[in-house]
Amino acid sequence: MTPDPSVAADFDLEHCTVRELNGALHQALSGGFRVLNPGGAHALACGLDAPLEVHIDGHAGYYCAGMNKSANVTVTGNAGTGCAENIMSGEVRVQGDVSQSLAATGHGGLVVVEGSASARAGISMKGVDIVVGGDVGHMSAFMAQAGRLLVLGQAGPDLGDSIYEAQLYVRGKVASLGADCEEKPMEAEHTAIVAELLERARLDADAASFRRYGSARKLYHFSVDNMDAY
Amino acid sequence: MSEPRTPPRKSATFDDYTLAEIRRAAATGIYDIRGGGAKRRLPHFDDLVFLGASMSRYPLEGYREQCDTAVVLGTRFASQPIELKIPITIAGMSFGSLSSQAKEALGRGASAMGTSTTTGDGGMTPEERGHSDKLVYQVLPSRYGMNPDDLRRADAIEVVVGQGAKPGGGGMLLGQKINERVAQMRTLPEGIDQRSACRHPDWTGPDDLAIKIQELREITDWEKPIYIKIGAARPYYDTALSVKAGADVVVVDGMQGGTAATQDVFIEHVGIPTLAAVREAVRALQELDMHRKVQLVVSGGIRSGADVAKALAMGADAVSIGTAALVALGDNDPALEAEYQKLGTTAGAYDDWHEGNDPAGITTQRPELAARLDPVLGGRRLANYLSVMTMELQTLARANGKSNVLHLEPEDLAALTVEAAAMAGVPLAGTTWIPGGGE
Repeated sequence: MTPDPSVAADFDLEHCTVRELNGALHQALSGGFRVLNPGGAHALACGLDAPLEVHIDGHAGYYCAGMNKSANVTVTGNAGTGCAENIMSGEVRVQGDVSQSLAATGHGGLVVVEGSASARAGISMKGVDIVVGGDVGHMSAFMAQAGRLLVLGQAGPDLGDSIYEAQLYVRGKVASLGADCEEKPMEAEHTAIVAELLERARLDADAASFRRYGSARKLYHFSVDNMDAY
Repeated sequence: MSEPRTPPRKSATFDDYTLAEIRRAAATGIYDIRGGGAKRRLPHFDDLVFLGASMSRYPLEGYREQCDTAVVLGTRFASQPIELKIPITIAGMSFGSLSSQAKEALGRGASAMGTSTTTGDGGMTPEERGHSDKLVYQVLPSRYGMNPDDLRRADAIEVVVGQGAKPGGGGMLLGQKINERVAQMRTLPEGIDQRSACRHPDWTGPDDLAIKIQELREITDWEKPIYIKIGAARPYYDTALSVKAGADVVVVDGMQGGTAATQDVFIEHVGIPTLAAVREAVRALQELDMHRKVQLVVSGGIRSGADVAKALAMGADAVSIGTAALVALGDNDPALEAEYQKLGTTAGAYDDWHEGNDPAGITTQRPELAARLDPVLGGRRLANYLSVMTMELQTLARANGKSNVLHLEPEDLAALTVEAAAMAGVPLAGTTWIPGGGE
């Protein structure tokens, strides 16, 4: 392999442990790191807290880049459950597909999946921006509180169930909307938001081709008249 | 002379309380939501007694012979276990359900006594961190305010699977208490009725939880003890699964354990009493050869040093208090009776904590009420109460000939009722009979 001058260090998980990798990444203040032979290991590059560039060359397991702050993490393969869970800032990009609970409870930053995401993408999201190039599974954006979810493909059943103030944009078909989620008019300001997200995600699509969904705010207070929705 | 009549007879099934609840439900269409734990009479530690020392055991001299109370939690995997001076900790209660003054008072009182306090379903506040020498950071399904910086600032991490008041239930904080600061910490609109999820967003079972715990350990470089808190539902299996998932500490909360706000039907009808849960949790640890290696913390209705001593004798390593700590701060004080009357209740029964009108200034976010609680004085009261509990605990340990409170054992106990004997696995007093197949 030709040495890459931008890479400060390589970690080959055939020859070191996840603990050694994460311990070194937690010590680093800056620089680029490459993870070779990740082999679907769990908790790769989680808890980062510095402007690092981390390139995972292969597949990652659960909670890859969990609670990320400031770092940019790229996975060239697929990633498992809870990828970028509770992300605070920085960027996590997966070039393949991801499993359930993508960016769950994420507070900030940008998460990009170039493939598709499984169920509960963006569950309880709290401010993160999520862009999915393919489809998202059922119950995506469940109880989503804040932030934006942009889906270039289709959304599975019960999108945005019990949603609070997160904003959802979907280009393809939505199988069904969850409780208290409704379609909202797409104004110029929303098209601009979609265009901005596409640009940041470096994905190509017509910003005007998306539809917008959000909270109907009918379940914000308990009421006997909403019995059917409880 | 009039003919004798059958005296009016009220139904035991449809008693006055039940009738009133039916009428209230018919009038409002909403089930009763309240704070606190199960209020009904339950088998409890009161149904156990210590046998004390006599011919076969030497007692220790009160005040003169040492009786250690220190306990270390998190010795299994964590590189920085928590060392507590007393085996009584403060349970998780959120900022949001409690005022910031109350959280500060809890921190002050616990720190004065060398023990820990715990965050809750609303994140960590600077007041709480600043005044708590040892702070346990809860990871809850809602992940409100969840922040890796706070995770690293914590002294231990508690993954909350459930709580005794509502095993299987999520949180609830009604709009009256979602003021600007609470809303901001939880990333929610002000004034809405807020539901917390009952399941975690990124794991669904013990196999996933093991991986989740691996992530939390990696993020914190394997320094912090990781607790798993479970509501007392199936404590034998849940404790065993917590050990399998990698817990350093298991916290078992019985149905008397309080909540900030939940449906009354949930509080009174789901879960099992604390007394019944302890034995089952200990049995699981013993069978896995993990007793005293994975520490067990018991909560739910702990009120006195006697309760602590009995929990330890049954095999717990420490206890947690919530409701009792609030009472120590001034909750339900008869001195406030006139104000409780205005709220349609009476001192000792006030449980509408979710409405945010607490005259004691504890379960409220209204500034004028919260200001009534002096955090310094409150902290002092809590420390006094913890001191008394600790001295009571030592008194009972010495009476049973123990120089360390963790040396208390089931053989020091007898049960006063058949139910308690079966649940605790100790003989009915005056017999050798342990009903229910206990050892």
